[in-house]
Amino acid sequence: MAENISPGAPIADQEEVKVQSGRARALAAADLPDKVHTWPYLVRAEFISGCVLLLVLLVWSITVDAPMEEPANPTKTPNPSKAPWYFLGLQEMLVYFDPWIAGVVLPSLIIVGLMVIPYVDINPKGNGYYTWSERKFAIATFVFGFLVLWVGMITIGVFFRGPGWNLFMPWDYWDPHKVVPLTNIDLPYFLGIRSEMVAMLFGLVCVGGWLVGVPGAIYQWKKNSPVIRELGFVRYGIVATLFMIMAGVVVKMFLRHLFNIKYILVIPNILNV
Amino acid sequence: MPPDTETKKKPGIFDVITENYVWRSIFRHGYADTPRNRVLQVSANVWLHLHPSKMRRHGIRYRHTWCAGGLTFLLYLCTVVTGVVLMFYYRPTGEYAYWDVKYLDFDVPFGMIMRNMHRWAAHGMVIFIWLHMFRVFMTGSYKPPREFNWVVGVNLLTLTLLLSFTGYLLPWDQLAIWAVTVGTNMARATPLLGNEGPFGPQLGMTPRYDARALLTAGTVVGSPTLLRFYVLHCIFIPIIASILMILHFWRIRKDGGISGPL
Repeated sequence: MAENISPGAPIADQEEVKVQSGRARALAAADLPDKVHTWPYLVRAEFISGCVLLLVLLVWSITVDAPMEEPANPTKTPNPSKAPWYFLGLQEMLVYFDPWIAGVVLPSLIIVGLMVIPYVDINPKGNGYYTWSERKFAIATFVFGFLVLWVGMITIGVFFRGPGWNLFMPWDYWDPHKVVPLTNIDLPYFLGIRSEMVAMLFGLVCVGGWLVGVPGAIYQWKKNSPVIRELGFVRYGIVATLFMIMAGVVVKMFLRHLFNIKYILVIPNILNV
Repeated sequence: MPPDTETKKKPGIFDVITENYVWRSIFRHGYADTPRNRVLQVSANVWLHLHPSKMRRHGIRYRHTWCAGGLTFLLYLCTVVTGVVLMFYYRPTGEYAYWDVKYLDFDVPFGMIMRNMHRWAAHGMVIFIWLHMFRVFMTGSYKPPREFNWVVGVNLLTLTLLLSFTGYLLPWDQLAIWAVTVGTNMARATPLLGNEGPFGPQLGMTPRYDARALLTAGTVVGSPTLLRFYVLHCIFIPIIASILMILHFWRIRKDGGISGPL
């Protein structure tokens, strides 16, 4: 019985319990001083936080009314037309990518990428506690993807996008007639390539090199490092591809804002990246 | 001090309330704070037996969980309760929807606050589920043996966004119709299944017959879309989400409760 093992029992007694059957071990563990009763300690914490949340929700709902605009009118398009705020990060991607990439491929990759995290992160450390030093790569990647890209793009979409999806400061007047010249050109053209075939090949080399070549080269180079050997080829491939796509989104944003680059790879009617 | 006054305690206000015939007829006995009762409070309670009766000490700390998952669920319950109230007054057709919401806002007693709470709780749910995901990642709680529960959680996150998105259309105002137009226009570009997506036209996709038409029940966001989103919002997605929530909560227990240092 669990009652027989007191929390203050000498370590030797507890050690003895550990070699017993699984059930006895579980019972013994239940009485270690590390454990506390759910009632009242957890239930109390849940009750308090629940009350605070409901109070905030109630006061907020009394003071702030849910938005209600004019009746729906399919013939009157507002400028700008914004998606719900939580999708504005994806709408922001429309600036940089074609709709099927921004609206279908990227969200699918986000969902799939999130789901595979537990299966590709085989680092056993940092399981169940906060740590930075034991899993720097995982945390840096996730924080960048979530806080900088997802939350950051939503912030830009909510506060900095006005008519014509142009950039405005929050205090700027939303001038619907603001003209921003569209001088964007494709990367091969920017580099002086005029032949369509050569441009396509160049684009393929760039995109393929980024998504396959760079991760492949790093794999060849660091094949014998303990991290990559333990990860294995398949897991490494998944991590590297997803990582390079995420980084590629950032690279493309920089190329657009610094050099007005529209696409890197253009295969007419099939694929623009 | 004489010794007998120490043993004979003066009855306090608490005793005056509880030590009488009427109180005792309602509550037969008081609550004795014994270890056995503490366990029974949880394991014999239909709402609380989701919890283990004992848990690791660090798991009750706010800074470990931020209570984000539980509060997400609480906000979900808020939207269910207020949403059912709203359903009594709302007809999902282009003709009535907007004016039913107006009626709710200005004529139905407590209608405005029901709608406000529904909307803000829904937005809060989106924020809290992100916080929950962030916390679970930061504590590494998706690591073995909780891999699959993380996958269930990602699905719940997606369903939460879809729930919020389908609800966004229902007020049937300019904000609603154009936000949903922007959102559903993406489906037009789905590879293979959208009429403007790669290889879509080659597979016979047209504006009347593709992934977007399936979502919007037509070529534009109109009255049929409203009905479709209403059914998805009130029946289809909540049922799927509820099933996944049951699985999610059950797996927390089966995977060893709140994560902690091994």
